[in-house]
Amino acid sequence: MFDYTMAEIGNIVVMQGFSGLSLFSVLLLMALGLAIIFGQMGVINMAHGEFMAVGAYTTVFMSKMAVKYDIVNTYFVFAILTAFVLAFLIGYLIEYLLIRHLYKRPLDTLLATWGLSLAMQQTFRSIFGAKEVSAELPEWLLGSFQPTPDIDIPINGVFVMGLALVVTVSVYMFMYRSRGGLRIRATMQNRVMAGAVGINTKKVDRLTFALGCGIAGVAGAAFTTIASTGPTTGSLYIVDSFMVVVFGGAASLMGTIASAFGIAQAQSILQFFMTSSMGKVATLMTIVIILMLRPEGLFASKVRK
Amino acid sequence: MSNTDFVLAIEDLTVSFDGFKAVDALSMYIDNNELRVVIGPNGAGKTTVLDLICGKTKSTSGSIKFKNKELTKLSEHEIVRAGVGRKFQTPSIYENLTVYQNLEVSYPVGRTVWGSLTFKRTAALSEQVRKIAAEVLLTEFLQMEAALLSHGQKQWLEIGMLLMQDPELLMLDEPVAGMSAKERDQTAELLNRICKNRSVLVIEHDMEFVKKIAHKVTVLHQGKILAEGSMDKVQLDEKVIEVYLGH
Amino acid sequence: MNVLSEKLLGGKQGAVGLAILALLLFVVFPLWLDLFRLGLLGKYVTYAFVAISLVLLWGNGGILSLGQGMFFGLGGYCMAMFLKLEASDPVSTKIQSTPGIPDFMDWNQLTAIPFFWQPFKSLPLTLLLVLLVPTTLAFIIGFAMFKRRVGGVYFAIITQAIALILSILIVGQQGYTGGVNGITDLKTMLGWDIRTDSAKYILYFTNAGLLIGCMLLARYILTSKFGMLLLAMRDKEERVRFSGYDVSNFKIFIFCVAAMISAIGGAMFTLQIGFMSPSFVGIVPSIEMVIFAAVGGRMSLIGAVYGTLLVNFGKTMFSETYPELWLFLMGGLFIAVVMFFPDGLAGVYQKYADKFNLGGLAAKYFSKFTQWVPKNSGGKL
Repeated sequence: MFDYTMAEIGNIVVMQGFSGLSLFSVLLLMALGLAIIFGQMGVINMAHGEFMAVGAYTTVFMSKMAVKYDIVNTYFVFAILTAFVLAFLIGYLIEYLLIRHLYKRPLDTLLATWGLSLAMQQTFRSIFGAKEVSAELPEWLLGSFQPTPDIDIPINGVFVMGLALVVTVSVYMFMYRSRGGLRIRATMQNRVMAGAVGINTKKVDRLTFALGCGIAGVAGAAFTTIASTGPTTGSLYIVDSFMVVVFGGAASLMGTIASAFGIAQAQSILQFFMTSSMGKVATLMTIVIILMLRPEGLFASKVRK
Repeated sequence: MSNTDFVLAIEDLTVSFDGFKAVDALSMYIDNNELRVVIGPNGAGKTTVLDLICGKTKSTSGSIKFKNKELTKLSEHEIVRAGVGRKFQTPSIYENLTVYQNLEVSYPVGRTVWGSLTFKRTAALSEQVRKIAAEVLLTEFLQMEAALLSHGQKQWLEIGMLLMQDPELLMLDEPVAGMSAKERDQTAELLNRICKNRSVLVIEHDMEFVKKIAHKVTVLHQGKILAEGSMDKVQLDEKVIEVYLGH
Repeated sequence: MNVLSEKLLGGKQGAVGLAILALLLFVVFPLWLDLFRLGLLGKYVTYAFVAISLVLLWGNGGILSLGQGMFFGLGGYCMAMFLKLEASDPVSTKIQSTPGIPDFMDWNQLTAIPFFWQPFKSLPLTLLLVLLVPTTLAFIIGFAMFKRRVGGVYFAIITQAIALILSILIVGQQGYTGGVNGITDLKTMLGWDIRTDSAKYILYFTNAGLLIGCMLLARYILTSKFGMLLLAMRDKEERVRFSGYDVSNFKIFIFCVAAMISAIGGAMFTLQIGFMSPSFVGIVPSIEMVIFAAVGGRMSLIGAVYGTLLVNFGKTMFSETYPELWLFLMGGLFIAVVMFFPDGLAGVYQKYADKFNLGGLAAKYFSKFTQWVPKNSGGKL
C-alpha cells in the first residue's frame, strides 16, 4: 500500500476521486429521490432501485432506436427526459395502487415495496432478458481528457456529475422556492393544516412519490453512461442509497449531498487500497458504527422533543 | 440546599429549546399528601414541567428532588421505580390487552427481563388488580379489551395502572379532558380519595373541577410561576385575571 | 391443567394445535414421503426456525429484522466448519499441497488452519459456538441500537446493511470462508456418516424435535409476563417505559433469543443438506424468511411453521415448471399479505373459525380440535 511516491498517491487520489465522483453522482441522484420519499414522507421504497432500472432500461431502449435511426449523437438528452417521465408516471400509478394504503405502517410499506421490486425485476427479465444490456453512448460522451499526462478523466464521469448537479439544484429550487415545493413541505410538516387550507394532500403525496421515482429514473439514465444494466442492477444500489439517506439525516438536503459525497469517496479510495469487497465492507461498517453512535444521522434537524 | 420535608422540590429549573425558555428558573415545592393543581394558559410550560420531572425531557439547568433524590440524573424507568407515576394527556393504555392485563402488567414486580420471564401470578396480584379496578370504577370491565372502553374509562384505566405501581407522587396531565359532567364528578371523588396516601400533581383547565380537588393551586405563565395559593386566593389575584383575560 | 403446562402449551387449544403439527412432522410425513422429499421437508423445517424467531421478534415485539439470515448462516457456518475440519483429515486430503486443511484453503494458498477455525475441532465447543456466536452478534447489535432508542424502520435498514456486510465479507474472504461456494463436501460427524439414508432419517427427526422444542420455548416466553410486555412495547413503548421497565433490555433479550433460534435452524440445515453458503446470509434470503412468517401468520408460532412449509413447497413446485411466474408470485405474495391479510393464514383461519364457531362445533363433536390463535391472548400459538 505504501510503495507509491507522493506524486503517484496524489494522482491516484485524484483519479479515484473522480471515479468516486461518478459513483457520488449516481448515489446522489438515487439518494435525492429516496430522501424526498423517505425523508419527507416516511415511506420506505424498497423498489427505488427498480425505478432507477426503469430509467436505465428506457435509455438503453431509446439508444437502440437511436442507432436504428442514426441519431446517436442527439438522442441522449431526450432519453434522460423520457426516463424521468416514465419513472414519474409509474411512480404515480404505484402510489395510487399501493403506497397510499400503507402510510401509517412503515414496516409494511417496506415489505410491500420489496414485493413490488421482485415483480419489477421479473418484468425486466421477461421484457429485456436476463443478460445485461448497454446503451449506445453518443460520441461526445466517450473518451477522456487529460489535464496532466498522468491524470485521465473520463468525460462521462464529468457529464454525470454535471447532470447530478443540475438535478440537485433543480430539486432544491423546486422544493424551496416554488409553490409546488411549498405545498409539498406544508403537507409533510402538518398534513391536517395543509388539508384545512385547501391543499389536496392526497394529490401532493402522489406527486411527491412520483417525483422521487422520476429522479431515480434520471439516476438510471445517468447510470447507463458508466455501467451496463441488468434486471438486478437496482438492488445493487438500494442499500447504499438508504445508507446515504439515513446517514445524512433523512430530512436534510444538504445532509444527503454531504453524505453521498463522503460515502462515495470513502468507498472509492478504500477500494483502491484494499480489495473491492473489503473496501465496501469497510465503508458500510464505518457508516453503521457511526449510525449506532449518532442514530439521527449527520445533519439531523433540531426538533423540539 | 436540601428540603427534606417536601416530596417534590423543584429548584431553579430551566429548559430551553434553541433559545426559547419553555420553563424559566422555576421553583416549586409539593408536600406529602398534597393535591396540587397547576393551571395556566396554553404554552405556559405545564406539560413541559411534567416531562422534566418524569424524565421525558432533559433540563438545561436546575434540580428536581424527589424525596431528596435528584431526578435529573436518572433515566425514565429509574424515576418510575423511585416512585413517580405519570399519566399522559391522551390516554396511554395497551389497547390490545384486557383491562385486567393492563393492570396486571403495571404491577411493580417482575420488572427485569429475568423477573418477567419467571413472574408467577399470585393471589396477591389478582387481589390488587381487583382492588384497584374497584377504585377506578372498572370492576365490570375487567375482561374487556381496553380498546373498547369509553374515553373517560380509558383515563380511569390509566390512573388505575399508575395506582398499581403505588407511586408516592402521581402526576396527571388533564385527567378529565373529554369526560362527561358525571365522569368529572366521579374523577374528582377518585382523586380526593387517592391523595390520602400520596401526593398528586394535576394539570387542568376545567376550573370547576380544579375547585373540587385542589388543596393548592400554582399558576404558570411563560415558564414562570405567576401566583400560588388556594383557589380562591389565586382567582382574585390581579395578575392571574389579566393573563386569563377575565376568565 | 397445571401452571407449567399452561405456560408451555397455552392451555388445551395450543396443545392440540401443537400435537397436530407434531403428528404431521413425526408420523404422517415420514410415512407418506420418500426420503428425497422428506429431505426437502427437513430443509423447510430449518427455515421454520427463523420464521418462529420472527414471530417472537416481529409479530410480538414489533421489531422487524431484515437480517435473520445472518444468524441462520452463522449457526450453519459454525457447524460446517466443524464438519469440514473433520472431512479434511490428512489422509483424505493427501493430494493437496498442504494436506490436513480444507480444500478451499489449499486452493487459496493457505498453509495452515486460521486461528478462528481452531475451536471448531471440538464438537462440544462447536455446539456451544453455534449458540453463542450469533447470540453475541445479536447482543452487540441490539445493545448499540436499542440503548440508543433506534427502532422501527431505521433498525430494519441497519440489520439489512449488516447482513450485506457479513455476506460480502464471507464471499470476499475465500481462503477463510470458502467464498461464494461456501463450505461443501461435508462427510462425517465424529465418524458417523451424515450422508447415509439412516443418518438422514435421524437428522430429520432431531430437526423436527428441536423445532418443537424451540416452539415450546417460544411459547413459554410469550405466555409469561415478558410476552405480555413484548406486546405492550410493540404497541406503546413509552407507556411501558413509564411503568418502570427498561425497554431496551427486553428488546435486546428477545433479539438474542431470535438469533439463537435461527442459528439452531442453520446448524441443522448444514447437517441435513451437507453444506452452508453465503446465499443464506445476505439480504434476499433474510427478507424471504420474513415472508414465510408473514404468510403463515406473524403472531402465530404454528402458523409461521405452516407458512414456511407452504411457501417453500410452492417455490419448489413453481421454480421447476414456471420459474418466471414464481418471482411474480412471490412479489405478489408480499404485497397481498401486507395489504389484505396481515395476520397471515393463521389470521384468516381464525376469522373463519370464529365465524362458524368451529371451536364450539368441534368441541361439541370432537373433544379436541380448537382454535390456533386464542383471541386476546396476543396470539400465542
